[in-house]
Formats: sequence, structure tokens, C-alpha cells
Amino acid sequence: MTIAEKENIIKEQQLILRKIPPEDTRRYNRQKIKIEKLKKQFYTNLDRWDIVCLARSPQRAKAQDYISALFSDFYPFCGDRCFGEDRSITAGIARYNGRPVTVIAQSKGTDLADNLKKNFGMVSPEGYRKAIRLAKQAEKFSRPIITIVDTPGAYPGKGAEERGRAQAIAQCLYTFSNLKTPVICIVISEGGSGGALALSVADRIYMLENAVYSILSPEGFASILYKDETLAPKAARQMKMTAADLYQKHIIDEIVKEPLGGAGANIDVTVRRIRNLLNRDLPLLTGKKMKNLLEERYEKYRRIGVM
Amino acid sequence: METLFRKRKEQLENFKKAIRRFVPERTKREIPDNIFKKCEKCGRSVSVRRLKENNHVCPDCGRCFKMSAAERIEMVFDAGSFYETDRRMTSTNSENFEGYSEKLAKYKKRTGLNEAVVCGTAKIDGRKCAVAVMDSNFMMGSMGAVVGEKICRTIELAHSKKLPLIIFCTSGGARMQEGIISLMQMAKTSAALKRFSDSGNLYISVLTHPTTGGVSASFAMLGDIIIAEPGALIGFAGKRVIEKTINESLPREFQKAEFVMEKGFVDMIADRDSLRKTLSDLIAMHTEDAG
Repeated sequence: MTIAEKENIIKEQQLILRKIPPEDTRRYNRQKIKIEKLKKQFYTNLDRWDIVCLARSPQRAKAQDYISALFSDFYPFCGDRCFGEDRSITAGIARYNGRPVTVIAQSKGTDLADNLKKNFGMVSPEGYRKAIRLAKQAEKFSRPIITIVDTPGAYPGKGAEERGRAQAIAQCLYTFSNLKTPVICIVISEGGSGGALALSVADRIYMLENAVYSILSPEGFASILYKDETLAPKAARQMKMTAADLYQKHIIDEIVKEPLGGAGANIDVTVRRIRNLLNRDLPLLTGKKMKNLLEERYEKYRRIGVM
Repeated sequence: METLFRKRKEQLENFKKAIRRFVPERTKREIPDNIFKKCEKCGRSVSVRRLKENNHVCPDCGRCFKMSAAERIEMVFDAGSFYETDRRMTSTNSENFEGYSEKLAKYKKRTGLNEAVVCGTAKIDGRKCAVAVMDSNFMMGSMGAVVGEKICRTIELAHSKKLPLIIFCTSGGARMQEGIISLMQMAKTSAALKRFSDSGNLYISVLTHPTTGGVSASFAMLGDIIIAEPGALIGFAGKRVIEKTINESLPREFQKAEFVMEKGFVDMIADRDSLRKTLSDLIAMHTEDAG
């Protein structure tokens, strides 16, 4: 059974639950237990391809959900001051527990119209240049940066290539590697290729339990190595791209546990867990001497793949 | 008489079969390869000796042929001045990726290299610099942990000795078989370059055919000066992927060095005859005392 089918079944059962009159507590409780049982059955022992599907599920919470749950007074800013505005990057300033922070998020849309506007979360060079602009602004005003990663990859279009997609990503890596302010990255669903890496050069990387992060989408991987895009499930099983895999390799710092069924089902629990981590790490990082902070960030990346 | 003839013929066939088993297939192709090469652009055959004299450029149409790292070092730097570092560093199949170990062994044998990049120091008109030269003969010059590490070490070497840095890029991108570790090499090399650059050192990046994927989205595009070879393919995604996304075919010159220069992403295009002088002049202008 695919993840989409499982999600539909759960949805149907929840609809039934909602129709039950509240005074009929016995039936209500029985239905609730039934749903929990189904969830347990569906969402335990997932293989890597299932997790990819879960991460991509349209029901999964998007960056804007996390922004509004985590921050207050969010003011989105627009434009890269060179060419245009890229809606797939939602970025601006906001308050976290009252303290001003810069938020830079890759955001997918909630429906088709929204997705068309946001290009399904695929970022163009303008988006990366906007991220660089706001990162430098944050550095100027000593605001910590929180980036949210959710993209299948950078947009592979003609214009994107003409306007220097590779250069824009390289500049992102270059800038963030030595940015004189703390950076925390949260991978919420899908992190694909250089497009995701551009926003994940950070002092701390959190990753949601059912998010994936990889060198390339399983489809791309399959088409390169097996010359057949339809073998994506096989590729996904071969690629070590889940939070557990990456934690083991010390690529990420924390796994954020999700409720059964993924972070779309109950965002409050996930948000509370992210908050706990931020409450611990933000004061820790801002309290560090800048020299040490940068040295540790450099070392964090420098030691990956050392012989 | 006829039976004897048939018998002999059979014996000969068996002998040929047996020989084929012992001699690897590549020798069959390599013999003509060593004498003549066919130009992909104009279709004419050029003798390898002639090609070598002409810096691996087709004498008829000017197309640049693929060069190995050793050939490039010989072409650009002072004879005998190259000193290789980290020569023995070699990749392991840490991900246990199916068929990767065999692939590595095959390329090692075929190219005589241990990895897709050769690093060290060399002199150009007597001026010492740190160099990393990628070789597309080794797994398309893809960047795995070892390539990233070697390039990082070269950057750090240049940093500590205050040498100008030249990297010749040629790569299909990050090495798929090493997964996420390959991707992280982009961040690692970029971070090392940022430090190197912040302390006032010169980095010249030379983009040769092809420079794509993870390499183009990291150190290749971060040079203080970016030089491209004529006709080199420079871009992030492959042409096929883009065509599939936008559902239209792309112009021939798309992602070619000339096109990329037109769009403002490389400083100049230098052909192989002038590359040595260009590099030498640029380095001289950055090492001589200004006053």
C-alpha cells in the first residue's frame, strides 16, 4: 500500500469520527482507538521510499505553517535587488520569544495555484541571491538566522541557468560558511541536492523524523545510475537519505520526533519539540565568541569526509 | 587436406578465443586511440603526435580535446616544477554501494590515477603556486570525499604558504555513489575558499570541458578570476534535464563557455596557446610588490 492510499484511509476514518455526535462517547472513543491502531499499523517500520513519499505528501505541513507557529510579527521581505523576486523563498524578519531573528525559508505551496506561484519550492537564482542579501542584513544587525529547508532542488530552467544558478548556490555556501551570526537550519520535509545545501550551511541542523535530505532526488539518482527514472523506489532504498541515516553520519545535529503519521497530522507537537531545541541552542550560540562560533562551523564541515 | 585445413582453422579460432579471455578488451580500442583521434566537431582524424604539438586542439577546427591532468600540468607549468601532494589518497566504498569498488578499481587501472584530481605545487615562469587539476578520465571527474578533501588540503596549503591558487575544473558533478558525503564537499570546499579569500589570497579558477553539477556550484564559480576554455560546457543541470523541465529544445550554444561569458559568469576565455601566458601574467600582477 502506498503512503497516499494509507493517508486516504486515515482521512476517511477521521471523517467518520467527526460525524459521530459528541454525546455518543463510546462510539467516539472506539473510532479514535481504531484510527490510532491504523496509524500504528501504517506508519511503523516504514522503508526509505515510504519516508520519501511521506516527506512529499501534500498534507504535510509547509514552511509557512512553521513560521506562523514558531514566530510572531513576521515581516516577509522581497527581492534580490538584482533581477527579481522569487516566491519559493519566504524570508524576512520576525520575533522568536520576543527576540528579533531573520527567517529564510524555502516554501512549497499549499494548493496548485499557490504552488505555481512558488514554483513547487524549486528555487531560482533570485531566491538564493535574496537569501544572501538577507543573510548579510542579519549579520549587520546581529540577528540570528533560522533557515527552513523544503525543496526538491534548485529550479532546472533555462532562465535559471542563464542567470547563474550554480554561481548563486556557490555564493550561498561561500557566504553562510563565514557569516558572523548564528545560523540554525531546520529540514522540514524534502532537501534535494545543492538547492537544499545552499541554505543548510549552519551551526546546527535539525531534521524532522520523516524528512529526507539527499544528494539528488531518487528519480534523478535512478535516471543517472540505472538509466531509468521509474526505479526511484529502488534508488531511495539504496540512498541513505533519512534523518536516522544522516544523524548516524553526523551530517545533522538533531532529529525532531514526529507524531505517528507525520508532521502534517499534528504540527503542535512537532513545533513544541523544535521550540525546545531552539530554546536550548539559540542562547548557547549567541553567547559564543564570534571567533569560536565560526571556527566550530568551519570544523563541522571541514571534517566531513576526512581520510 | 581439407580436414587438416579445417582442423588448423579450428585451432586458430580456439587460440584467439583463449587469448581474448586474457587480454582485456580495452587494448582493442586503445591501439588506434594511441595513433589517431577523431575530432567530434569536424569529424577528421588527427594524429596524436600532431595533437600533442598543438596543445590537444584540433588543427582543422580548433576544438579542444580532452586532456589528462598530467598533460595539462605539462602544458601550463614549468617543466619538472610540479610536486605532487596526497598522491596516494584513494576512495573507499564506505556506503557499500553496489559496484562502486569495481568501478574505482577499473578507473584506477585505466588512468593510472588514484582519484579524479591531482594536487600539488608547481611553478609558472618561476613563480610558485598551489594547483589542483581535475581529470575527467577518472569517473567523469566526479567529486567524492577524496576529491573534496584533496582540494581542501590544496587550498589550505596555499593559505598557509601564501601561494596563489589555481584550480583546473572538469567534472560531471558530485559523485553519486558516495551520496550525502559528496554533497557536503561542496560546502567544505567553499568554506575553505572563503577563509583563503578573506586573508587576501588569489584564486584563479580555470573551467574546462565539462564543468557541471556540484563542482560548478561550489569552488569552480568562486574564483577571483574565472577563465574558461573555448567551447567548454559550463552549467549546473544537464541540458537533457532542462529540456525535459521546460519542454523545449535548447540552442546549441547553451551552456557553452562563450554563452556563459555573454551572461556574465566568466571573466575571459583563453585558448590553450595563450593560457600559460595569461596565468603567468595574472599571477605576476598579484605577487609583485605594488610599490
